[in-house]
Amino acid sequence: MLIKIRKPWELKDQDVTPEHLFKQRRKFLKIGAAALAGGIGGGMLSRHAFAAWPAAGELLADVRKTAFDPGEALTPFDQVSSYNNFYEFGTGKDEPVYGAKDFKPAPWTVEIAGACAKPGLYDFSDLIDPHPLEERIYRHRCVEAWSMVVPWVGVSLADVIKRLEPTSKARYIAFETLLDPDRMPGQHRNVLQWPYVEGLRLDEAMNPLALLSVGLYGRTLPPQNGAPLRLVVPWKYGFKGIKSIVKITFTEDQPPTSWNRSSAHEYGFYANVNPEVDHPRWSQAKERRIGEFFKQKTLPFNGYGSEVASLYADMDLAKFF
Amino acid sequence: MKKSILPYRIIWGLAFVVMAGPLIGLVVLAFSGGLGANPIEFINRYLGDWALRALLVALSATPLKIVFGWTWPIRLRRMLGLWAFAYVALHFVNYIAIEQFFNWQDIVTDIVKRTYITIGMGALVILSTLAATSNKRAIKRLGAKDWTRIHRYVYAAGILGCWHYFSMVKADLLPPLIHAAVLAGLLGIRMWSLVKKRATV
Repeated sequence: MLIKIRKPWELKDQDVTPEHLFKQRRKFLKIGAAALAGGIGGGMLSRHAFAAWPAAGELLADVRKTAFDPGEALTPFDQVSSYNNFYEFGTGKDEPVYGAKDFKPAPWTVEIAGACAKPGLYDFSDLIDPHPLEERIYRHRCVEAWSMVVPWVGVSLADVIKRLEPTSKARYIAFETLLDPDRMPGQHRNVLQWPYVEGLRLDEAMNPLALLSVGLYGRTLPPQNGAPLRLVVPWKYGFKGIKSIVKITFTEDQPPTSWNRSSAHEYGFYANVNPEVDHPRWSQAKERRIGEFFKQKTLPFNGYGSEVASLYADMDLAKFF
Repeated sequence: MKKSILPYRIIWGLAFVVMAGPLIGLVVLAFSGGLGANPIEFINRYLGDWALRALLVALSATPLKIVFGWTWPIRLRRMLGLWAFAYVALHFVNYIAIEQFFNWQDIVTDIVKRTYITIGMGALVILSTLAATSNKRAIKRLGAKDWTRIHRYVYAAGILGCWHYFSMVKADLLPPLIHAAVLAGLLGIRMWSLVKKRATV
């Protein structure tokens, strides 16, 4: 069955994508229309009279609902997909939705390297398809003191890691974003050192909360949210959630991370959400949930302390921020 | 001295409307849903950006006279400067009333603890003083010499404004650098003319 609903605010470039993507991704059943749902659409139409409507991805099939759900109101799709820190597509948070409009996240390969039994070049679907897709609703806390609640779709990072069989030497896992200034125009300027890199301690990566996300709101990730593959570690600040991943390396030593490299006294390797440890230039005690007027208190580990606090039991979190 | 082609009144009116433009733009954006996902942050940055730009416009009056011999910008200077103050004041009011919603404890902590906010407050204090002494009565009371000396602090406000912008940015220093370069150019023209004047005396 082919469903294509064209809304009046959709742009013509949508016409080009479907056939191409359809060939690339077997698993994804249907060619999605750009609008997420008519219900949200009606209300938002007037609000976005002057803005490009963020196009939604393809509908994902066989997504398992999970118990990961803080029970808080979801941040609407148009806000999740139009307010993004993704410097590869521009340094303003309103820029990636435009800058990534023509980004084609297919075909996509991920290189697996380092201390593991199964290194090599993996096609996106070879890496992801063996694992069940889960929907997990997570709080998302940006280091800039705003937050969202996002219904991610993805696979358990721990499951993927187990399949790749890291050796005893693997103590960390390093991630790398695509480096391609032609497709990611923000990389023409060295605002950060490209490619963007991130990393986790292996035991952090093995925590059940860690998610390799391929979608949100039941559909494939919009490019500005890190298509086709991004990391989601909800107890850490958003910048740990590296986007458009092309390389995963198991390492013995702690890998470099982009924001730490850019400003080490402001952004640590761990970057756990911590209301007690301020960013040198602003407080982290509170956050503004997108769509709300009043700030709310930020929770230690973004509210996921019961799952992750034990990872840092003997650590001085003011030192290892 | 060159005379402008348009009558002064029309120039004044045009300049006033241009200076009001960003404010009108903000209102239009607000009513058309153009403030994005985080309207409070948007308004804060928008007003901060335009406060600095309005200040740079006001600061260009004298350099325009030095370089092109135009005198009409000088006559607009007070109006331009008051617009700059208006944007700075709105930026401040937005911070107090919307961003922090009168949470005085957080506001005081911010001002004391966060250098870029301290710097911004410094610029606000200077521009408030200048705005308060921008009328004819104040000029008379202070005397032209003292008044001129006090109002030269507008450059200090410009420097603080650029510094404030520069130090709140996370990684992309280009936008604050562009503003700082404009300020440096304007300040440079004034200093060049000052040096030249001294040399000819």
